[in-house]
Amino acid sequence: MADLRVEVAGVPFKNPVIPASGAFGFGREYEKLYPLSRLGGISCKGTTLNRKDGNPPPRIAETPAGMLNSVGLQNPGIDAFIEQELPYLRTKDVTILANVAGSTVEDCIEIARKLEGTAVDMIELNISCPNVKEGGAAFGSTPQMAAAVTKAVRGATSKPLMVKLSPNVTDITAIAKAVEAEGADAVSLINTLLGMRIDINTRRPVLRNNTGGLSGPAIFPVAVRMVWQVANAVSIPVVGMGGISSGKDAIEMMMAGASAVQVGAALFADPYAPLHIIDGMNAWLDEKGIGSVREIIGTVQPW
Amino acid sequence: MSITQSLYPIIRKQNLARGVYDYTVHCPDIAAEAVPGQFVHIRVPGFQLRRPISICGIDRERGALRLVMEVRGEGTEVLSRINEGELIDLLGPLGHGFTLLPPEKKAVVVGGGIGVPPLLGAISHYGNNGTAITGFRSASAVILQDDFKAAGARAILCTDDGTAGERGFVTAALQKLLESETPDIVYACGPMPMLRAVAKMAEEKGIVCEVSLEERMACGVGACLGCACRTVKNGVEGYSHVCKDGPVFNSREVVL
Ligand SMILES: Cc1cc2nc3c(=O)[nH]c(=O)nc-3n(C[C@H](O)[C@H](O)[C@H](O)COP(=O)(O)OP(=O)(O)OC[C@H]3O[C@@H](n4cnc5c(N)ncnc54)[C@H](O)[C@@H]3O)c2cc1C
Ligand SMILES: Cc1cc2nc3c(=O)[nH]c(=O)nc-3n(C[C@H](O)[C@H](O)[C@H](O)COP(=O)(O)O)c2cc1C
Ligand code: FES
Repeated sequence: MADLRVEVAGVPFKNPVIPASGAFGFGREYEKLYPLSRLGGISCKGTTLNRKDGNPPPRIAETPAGMLNSVGLQNPGIDAFIEQELPYLRTKDVTILANVAGSTVEDCIEIARKLEGTAVDMIELNISCPNVKEGGAAFGSTPQMAAAVTKAVRGATSKPLMVKLSPNVTDITAIAKAVEAEGADAVSLINTLLGMRIDINTRRPVLRNNTGGLSGPAIFPVAVRMVWQVANAVSIPVVGMGGISSGKDAIEMMMAGASAVQVGAALFADPYAPLHIIDGMNAWLDEKGIGSVREIIGTVQPW
Repeated sequence: MSITQSLYPIIRKQNLARGVYDYTVHCPDIAAEAVPGQFVHIRVPGFQLRRPISICGIDRERGALRLVMEVRGEGTEVLSRINEGELIDLLGPLGHGFTLLPPEKKAVVVGGGIGVPPLLGAISHYGNNGTAITGFRSASAVILQDDFKAAGARAILCTDDGTAGERGFVTAALQKLLESETPDIVYACGPMPMLRAVAKMAEEKGIVCEVSLEERMACGVGACLGCACRTVKNGVEGYSHVCKDGPVFNSREVVL
């Protein structure tokens, strides 16, 4: 049994496996299958200042080795999160990440202020959601915007701040450096890649939103590459995600430079995916005689 | 209410019509919890997303579920090649089932095509007080008629081309029935235009109507918010989720 504990920006995690924002709700549904305390942490559904209805259906399309979604940040709003979800989650003995999504810088500041003094262990500031018209990806697409929103939220919170980056940019390292310079304590990546599917019989996009975010095994190599590039460009910790579905994938992502990993789409094929990934990592570490998972972080030996 | 996910053996497989397969799966933990109208989410080897399939029959004593599935695309094609004796990965039971009134009440189910199977469980509850109006393209596509009769229901069969039963749509058969009788509840599952028409007829007569909806799903448990459908709750329109709040909805609560 290897030591699976990790730390990200001073926040302790029992193990490096965190269900990704949007794939796990606020944990209630999966708690019917297993205790949430077995997880490293939970990244909650992206939460906006006011409740948000999301996009019209269909919101889901299957793709080779992956899927598209255009949920569009449907959520009950930050007050409902704090009043109705957090009291329940804080009893579950699991590290809590609040995923914050504002459509303006002012919204992000207000959400962060509301989270002060709550049981949330870490803020994950989503500057990368591809499914909302205003804000979202726009914040994440230039280093200037990313820096500005990070600076504003940094000033509004005393909680550890992790900024979630979009892969839909020319140079993700430039964005990572910009948010590091403005006081981000960590970065997480990648959010979904923009994609599209068309039903050739009806000549209509499968998604009612036309386009959506691609996730699942199809994006894993892109995510590994970006995590590796970002880990080499910044000195703050990186949380890696995108297509992880096995313990070996998680080990690979950590070797690329991730201090912890998040798991999204894999949950849909296997609702027990986070637990299977934890077991798989443990088995691999034991087999190699490695005492702690922390020993593998960023240990890829590039040619 | 607990949900289980595991690999379960297929103990019987039958071909009911072209591309339509009837599976009996030994899954005692799911069968013990399941109620008519709920569904299971089936993993397809080689695919990212599971496929939602309604529960057609529940045999608590044998710990078995009956699932009737039509090949519609790549995923159901792969599932159709899984044979008796092999294992199938189910997650369930999921969602909310039909509201069942006391069995002495009069119930009517109205189903079209592959929307018919989930209605068998509901109508079985009512024995001789049940009526099943089912519609298919033609005689070769007709399924489950003997099962409806065995459950005690009066079976009214319609085909689009008149090759079996009455010629025409289930909505015409329902219209005719409602001229002479007033059931206590109507359940419907099938294509959207059919659901709309059935709901309208029932509502005009002040009869409670429940519809079973379909939407593309990812998690199947209510976490990802992928399977949204438009509903009205306390006069406010918004999105509910087919996998968790449905698949069965009161027709007055959904925007069809
Ligand atoms: C609650 C519920 C109960 C259902 N019960 C039954 C049943 O008892 N018997 C039966 O034969 N079919 C049933 N269906 C429909 C069945 O899920 C689809 O026919 C099936 O998912 C198609 O998969 P495919 O890979 O063959 O098709 P493809 O078109 O290749 O599938 C591509 C993607 O779209 C999704 N999709 C395609 N059509 C539908 C649809 N109509 N509803 C939801 N998702 C869809 C698939 O799941 C997959 O993710 C039900 C659907 C729902 C939502
Ligand atoms: C249905 C769905 C909803 C998502 N919602 C959010 C969200 O609200 N906020 C966010 O930061 N990321 C969201 N994501 C992105 C995931 O957190 C993750 O970054 C991405 O899916 C890549 O990981 P994966 O391949 O393991 O799914 C969502 C992903 C999916 C599939
Ligand atoms: S499929 Fe995930 S909420 Fe319904």
